[in-house]
Amino acid sequence: MTTDKKTETNLNRRQFLTNASRGACLLGLGGALGALASRAKSDDMVWQLDPYKCIACGNCATYCVLEQSAVKCVHSYAMCGYCELCTGFFEPEPPALNTGAENQLCPTGAIKRTYVEDPYYEYTIDEPLCIGCGKCVKGCNAFGNGSLFLQVRHDRCLNCNECSIAAACPSQAYTRVPASQPYLLKGKDTTA
Amino acid sequence: MIRRVTLPTLIICLLLAAVSLAVERFPPPDFEGGHELPLTTVPAPRADLYEYLDAAVLLAALSLGAWLVLKKRSRRGIFLLMLFSLAYFGLWRKGCVCSIGAIQNVALSLFDSHYVPPLTVIAFFLLPLFFTVFFGRIFCAGVCPLGTIQDLFLLRPLKVPLWLEQALGLLGYLYLGTAVLFAATGSAFIICQYDPFVAFFRLSGSLNMLILGICFLVICMFIGRAYCRFLCPYGVLLRFFSRVSKYHASITPDECIQCRLCEEACPFNAIEKPAQPPASQNRRQGKRLLIFLLVLLPVLTLSSGWLTSKASPAFARMHADVRLADRIWQEENGQAEGTTDASDAFRATGQPAAELYQTAQILQQTFYRGSWALGIFLGLVIGLKLIQLAVRRHKTEYQANRMTCVSCGRCFAYCPRERVRRKELETKHTEHGS
Repeated sequence: MTTDKKTETNLNRRQFLTNASRGACLLGLGGALGALASRAKSDDMVWQLDPYKCIACGNCATYCVLEQSAVKCVHSYAMCGYCELCTGFFEPEPPALNTGAENQLCPTGAIKRTYVEDPYYEYTIDEPLCIGCGKCVKGCNAFGNGSLFLQVRHDRCLNCNECSIAAACPSQAYTRVPASQPYLLKGKDTTA
Repeated sequence: MIRRVTLPTLIICLLLAAVSLAVERFPPPDFEGGHELPLTTVPAPRADLYEYLDAAVLLAALSLGAWLVLKKRSRRGIFLLMLFSLAYFGLWRKGCVCSIGAIQNVALSLFDSHYVPPLTVIAFFLLPLFFTVFFGRIFCAGVCPLGTIQDLFLLRPLKVPLWLEQALGLLGYLYLGTAVLFAATGSAFIICQYDPFVAFFRLSGSLNMLILGICFLVICMFIGRAYCRFLCPYGVLLRFFSRVSKYHASITPDECIQCRLCEEACPFNAIEKPAQPPASQNRRQGKRLLIFLLVLLPVLTLSSGWLTSKASPAFARMHADVRLADRIWQEENGQAEGTTDASDAFRATGQPAAELYQTAQILQQTFYRGSWALGIFLGLVIGLKLIQLAVRRHKTEYQANRMTCVSCGRCFAYCPRERVRRKELETKHTEHGS
């Protein structure tokens, strides 16, 4: 009889402790919810790179978890000088100023050069071909207006919790930005 | 020698100067023909709506899981839920943000006021925990895509010895502690970097991650849910909450008849056998051991904190700023030859090195405090584990260990009482048997 009573009180005590710790857990979770939700934003965050910090090192092409990087070259046409000798398009000291593959800087020929009027040429990016290596960006920044720059393209980006490119970026150009303003563009905003 | 060093440096300096001055060397033309400039395209990210849909699906899956485990007691139902979760949270949603990784977002938001966590991240972090307090590890059972992929690959489970199981179980705490340290200091999200299965969900990834993932899956064929049991940092939290859960999956639907049929049913070592209370001689010894361990606890905690704080310089190098400051210092003092992309980029910003050194120093101090905290946490965990092992509970029936049981429901079918409940066996037989 006494042992029965003893086990019963033991059980009761254990039950009480369990209930109390459950209450504490719930209280903790509630506190966490309150602390987090009071600061949370309904807007999701996405990754983007600041083109003014970018040094076009080429990591964007190789470190993305996607087979073909989510980063692509973007052109701010209003900044472009429409040069005939575009240092973003041509190799340094090209054999000829035409669209021959041996003259082009882009390894995949993703930049299209079209004649507009004398002496201006327009350069457009064929996005499916672009691998985001930033070779053209480097060339354009070095001797041109810097109108070519890299951006994370959000139709492709998987929005990983930690961006693999961001972790490998030597100039720490990657930041989380609000999904409502997912691009950090150069020049005047002339977006579609 | 001097020439060789200075010439590239000169070129780099010129290039960097050019980069910083890259503004309209060639003024944009006024076209006579009225050529219209094309517009820069800005494709939008996935709509927020989908994020809320994900959170709603998570809530629905958790509710369904709780019903399947506790009310319906159906392994088949849980299996189907597992397939759905793998397809939805894994393949369709590409595995990000998952509850395991969300630990880091929460840690970062608690320590860095600039980082604001999105609502969905909070939902993914808190919902499974709330469910666990009430229903046990339902999330592990059929909702977590990492758990389900391992569960599906389980082929021939080998029994892990209990001592090894207990020892390896401590790895999860280590993983959780270091992940929180690195996330809170804004250094890295190591849980995401070393997520072994996310490459399968994305169907792409680096070769190293793919090899790691395949290794894990091969291990999981023989050691059930190896990642969940020994590494998962979120599992550590879930174990803690599951221990006090209000309702929990039980092997038998009503009473244990000690038939021992379920003894080998669990591939995850989560079924506890009945244990007799120790004899009084042993009891006295046990008490002495317990007192010894209680005295050991603060010693263990402090020494572990001190030891871990010694590793803080190594930890601090996980932060990009500390690495950069190191590199710049080495270059300035002639200890390193040449420059790296990172040091070039830093010099191009024109920020004085002294500022960077100061930032790095503050970070190192933060890491020193963080390492102490990590060490104290680990010491506490080890000490409490020892105490837990020293306390022997008197148990009369076969029970699922509430901490390690993932509520997968495999053991249900082994229980004859369950067969009676399902009316597959007649009551008469079992009554006769018992």
